[in-house]
Amino acid sequence: MSGGLQTVPDARGHFGIFGGRFVPETLIPALDELEQEYRKAQQDPDFQRQFHYYLRHYVGRPTPVTFAERLSEYLGGARIYLKREDLCHTGAHKINNTLGQILLAKRMNKRRIIAETGAGQHGVATATVCARFGFECEVYMGEEDVHRQALNVFRMKLLGAKVIPVTSGTRTLKDATSEAIRDWVTNVRTTHYIIGSVVGPHPYPMIVRDFQSVIGQESRQQMLEMTGKLPDVVLACVGGGSNAMGIFYPFLEDPVRLIGVEAAGRGLHTGEHAATLVTGRPGVLHGAASYLLQDEHGQVKPTHSISAGLDYPGVGPEHSYLKETGRAEYVTATDEEALQALQVLARMEGIIAALETAHAVAHAIKIAPTMPKDSTILINLSGRGDKDVDIVSRALGGGL
Amino acid sequence: MSRISERFSTLRQRGEGALVVFVTAGDPNPELSEKLVLSIAEAGADIIEVGIPFSDPLADGPTIQSSTFRALQQGVTPASTLEMIARVRSQSEVPLVVMTYFNPVWQMGVARFAQQAAGAGVDGVIMTDMPPDEAGEWHPVARQHRLDTIFLIAPTSTPERMRLVAQMSSGFVYCVSRTGVTGAREHLPEEVPQMLQAMRQLTELPLCVGFGISRPEHVQAVCRIADGAVVGSAVVSLIAQEMEKGERAVLSAVHRFVKELKEATRAR
Ligand SMILES: Cc1ncc(COP(=O)(O)O)c(C=O)c1O
Repeated sequence: MSGGLQTVPDARGHFGIFGGRFVPETLIPALDELEQEYRKAQQDPDFQRQFHYYLRHYVGRPTPVTFAERLSEYLGGARIYLKREDLCHTGAHKINNTLGQILLAKRMNKRRIIAETGAGQHGVATATVCARFGFECEVYMGEEDVHRQALNVFRMKLLGAKVIPVTSGTRTLKDATSEAIRDWVTNVRTTHYIIGSVVGPHPYPMIVRDFQSVIGQESRQQMLEMTGKLPDVVLACVGGGSNAMGIFYPFLEDPVRLIGVEAAGRGLHTGEHAATLVTGRPGVLHGAASYLLQDEHGQVKPTHSISAGLDYPGVGPEHSYLKETGRAEYVTATDEEALQALQVLARMEGIIAALETAHAVAHAIKIAPTMPKDSTILINLSGRGDKDVDIVSRALGGGL
Repeated sequence: MSRISERFSTLRQRGEGALVVFVTAGDPNPELSEKLVLSIAEAGADIIEVGIPFSDPLADGPTIQSSTFRALQQGVTPASTLEMIARVRSQSEVPLVVMTYFNPVWQMGVARFAQQAAGAGVDGVIMTDMPPDEAGEWHPVARQHRLDTIFLIAPTSTPERMRLVAQMSSGFVYCVSRTGVTGAREHLPEEVPQMLQAMRQLTELPLCVGFGISRPEHVQAVCRIADGAVVGSAVVSLIAQEMEKGERAVLSAVHRFVKELKEATRAR
């Protein structure tokens, strides 16, 4: 795979014009240390063995691929397959990354862990590995998300983590991330920051992608076994972009369409959305150059999505690169379409997906009927919807 | 020689340290902000750092975050900040430095920003989230427009990083006193002298210490071991605190405070 898409980032963490390290000087030595330790760990069979041991015996990997038989029949076109990250321990793909990073933190002798969280899934996944490996854990979460994801807040507390509500700015994932970075700048000598998506300064986008690419490696093999060929389309929702990058990466050199689905919120025309790649332009936020939702002066715009995990004005730099090179396509689904898709999947397949994930399902519902019956779509079913039942029931006008 | 370098050589002859004062452009409102910059110059500040507000100031603590949001709410932009600086420049020769984050500069266009800043009378630029490694596009453009490129070192900086900062900087080097964000503090950290000593061996450039410097005693202590002290949050919070008493109260309180701080640079 020489010179191909799989050789980014370059030595300085750039994906074309994207990526890099736009952070205060204080953090640069810690990023250097993290990168060195990660490169050592990659070469260390012990580390790889440990990582795969816990993926199998703690996370529950490999996760299955499920043929969505009734949904496929109902849509009458492409056959739809679901990569079941909802069956990972803690209910989403996020733990693939937190497991890898806690093992790195252990190697670096950092005893304190911080994280940011939107939907709370990354917070729970971080709190979980901290409990398992005996680390102190503090999670920054926007005050608005603390309210809309109350179940996950309680789960984090049960797991022994401290949840710090963030009241600055928009009180969602963007400000939780800024606050986590401020903590890290202050406590960098003792603390490892487990970032929750393929965002942030180099080497994070690369590390998180690599840990998440187990999703694509497994499902590529599973699709070959189940259908005898590669899927025609791979679909994933995009918040920061970690579940999408994880499933896309092993397919980059294959003749497979890769489609990322962003949150169109109340509709792109309303301005109340989080469709960064579809409507934004290159900018710098949280340490990396990437597409960004911003005004003409470079101020970051407030976003909206019914799903807290997609409610973010930035996106991982590698997605910006895949968009620029044309290797991946990015589309959107509205709150309404996601809600609808969540219900369709629940009734047809008996799977309640997370609201984030439902955006990917919504796009499959749009395109499957237009595709031939012998074609296949692989959806990354990034998480389960238990955390969202309250929001969904309210959106549908009922109580619990 | 740049206005900044000239100021440091004058100060060196006089045996004084430099007082560098930070304010956020447009805080607490655009008109008063302009008067404040002039008043701070008049009170004796040697260099004034004018902050262009950015919506996500991740190197700033609560005080400067608040001033940033006050300014943004009043519609302050990079362009309006440069216009204010041009008006200040027509009335004062005080060295002026723009302090901001990279995104507002990138969106204006690096070359266009440099040209307009130089045209407005800006002498140097600090971008808190742009380490020298990422300054490949910025550095030559800034030099072409005779803007000083001021980079930062931190207590965590390795000798190699200090060397890189020394190579890429002009005007002065900003030495961050502690691991952390901006904000007033009670005490000066103990690791500052060590950092300065290491940096001193690598550059002739003046070294200014900032982050947490909030009282005349701090300024005095810093000026014994460095070429200057940067005071930001303490001034910004004074502005916020006096605001309810009215414009005159803000101006006179800030003027008095800056004068005291400047006195402390002479007492080393
Ligand atoms: C289930 C699920 N899917 C997707 C996301 C979005 O993140 P990413 O784009 O990094 O996969 C989240 C984030 O909270 C999530 O919980």
